[in-house]
Amino acid sequence: MERRFSPTLLTILCLGITVLYLPILVLIAFSFNASPLVNVWGGFSTAWYFQLLHNRQLLQAALLSLEVAVTASTAAVVLGTMAAIALVRFARFRGRLLLTGMVNAPLVMPEIITGITQLLLFVSMLQMFGWPHRGFTTIVLSHVAFCSAYVTITVQSRLQTADRSLEEAAMDLGSGPARAFLEITLPILMPAILSSWLLSFTLSLDDLVISSFVSGPGASTLPMVIYSKVKLGVSPDVNALASLIICAVGACVISAGYFMRRADQRRALEMQMAER
Amino acid sequence: MKPIERPGRWLIILPPLLFLLIFFLIPFVFAFKISFADTAARVPPFTDILSTTPDHHLQFSLSLGNYQYLFTDEVYGVAYLYSLKTAFFSTLICLVLGYPMAYAIARASKSTQNILLLIIILPFWTSFLLRVYALEGIIRDNGILNTVLLHLGLIHEPLRIMRTTLAVYLGIIYSYLPFMVLPLFATLEKLDRSLLEAASDLGSPPWRVFLDVTLPLSIPGIIAGSLLVFIPAVGEFVIPSLLGGPDSLMIGRVLWDEFFGNHDWPVASAVAIAFLFLLAGPIAIYQYYNVKQLEA
Repeated sequence: MERRFSPTLLTILCLGITVLYLPILVLIAFSFNASPLVNVWGGFSTAWYFQLLHNRQLLQAALLSLEVAVTASTAAVVLGTMAAIALVRFARFRGRLLLTGMVNAPLVMPEIITGITQLLLFVSMLQMFGWPHRGFTTIVLSHVAFCSAYVTITVQSRLQTADRSLEEAAMDLGSGPARAFLEITLPILMPAILSSWLLSFTLSLDDLVISSFVSGPGASTLPMVIYSKVKLGVSPDVNALASLIICAVGACVISAGYFMRRADQRRALEMQMAER
Repeated sequence: MKPIERPGRWLIILPPLLFLLIFFLIPFVFAFKISFADTAARVPPFTDILSTTPDHHLQFSLSLGNYQYLFTDEVYGVAYLYSLKTAFFSTLICLVLGYPMAYAIARASKSTQNILLLIIILPFWTSFLLRVYALEGIIRDNGILNTVLLHLGLIHEPLRIMRTTLAVYLGIIYSYLPFMVLPLFATLEKLDRSLLEAASDLGSPPWRVFLDVTLPLSIPGIIAGSLLVFIPAVGEFVIPSLLGGPDSLMIGRVLWDEFFGNHDWPVASAVAIAFLFLLAGPIAIYQYYNVKQLEA
């Protein structure tokens, strides 16, 4: 097939990519602006970054968000992988359709509906069982629910393309199904599991709407604090914080992608060697 | 091969099934129930539907007032329509912009393809809230766009984009474009090349090949991408709240205000349930295509 780009196509592609990146680049540039005025360039300065270190409210919120994100994404990876195994490997079971629906729906469900319904659940549960109190626990529970959906989708597609012959060979050689799965299939799934952990982590770290509904007094996550600051107008220290977050996440995603591709290539090479 | 024995299977199926049942599906039941309750000055701020009277009789009070209220106060109808309209046109623009992008990526060489895909996916990983905030830096009255245009002498006073409907459109297109490009790319890449070659060998000009072969075959991608943009965009809260003006009354914002401003939980629940019914059709279509694609 011809690999010719028409000029129109190329222009639209470049335009689209510019639209996606220009705002972020401008934001990062202005985070180094010495002037507190948002439209005047007052020279280069890193003052806003140092000011972040003294903002207790922001630091506390960042800590809470990190704790939530680590807990929620770890739990989501476990549950989501289990759901993926169930959906791909077990052809028929009661509740299969229900599970399929429940892992696909959170991807398109408007957050505001998820948030409001989950809050009503937590409030009713607290009335009935005296648990959970709104705060860390409820934020984690609701994050696990939507993150595990993303994990299931990612791991599911990897599991579908995974070669089953190795696992079958291991079982023919006498391994039990559980052991064959742990030693053969799990390593093949590892890149998908790691990338879905990372995805869950960033989604949890970023969530504003659901957290705002289910959190209680005193538990403000980083997006909640950022939102309330941004609502009041553009502020230079939010620029600095945003640049830090965007660069850290970007670096993580790019390096994770690089290492996973290398691991995949090595595995493919080993398979070729083994076949010879 | 030997299937894994039955009891072992349930150890794997049950945890995610129960978790999602309790924390994703059952909440809708509670919202449904509370949408029939009345507001009350207590914690939590609504009445019980089932209660026992002092003389131990079961009392059942069901109020349809909240749903009636949705029809009498026109703010809800206006917000629903505005949300649907905004989401529809944003989806259309995303499609017009995203289709050529996906098409170009699908035709690029394998190595270029990987880099381009990374470029498209990367914004999806960076914070949604921060990207909306970053957009404000471009379009506000003293932002980059106006500064550049004023310098070039193309305009003489700043364009007023912030706090208008246009800003909401720009925000949605900017935030959701990757959701359109990725599913489109997935279908365009899988396209059977031999069909395209056959069509052009038989003398079809390129635009005919596109209209007769490429476009019809990419319909699943168009539907998936459009729904991935449309459904969340209808319920969008952050974008109209940060970029829109007071007249950008999207349903997500009305829900938020009802909840945090008016503390009227039963009415908010009724809005959410009505909203869900409105979205049931698109969500069902999305699920149908998704399941079909996964089983294929």
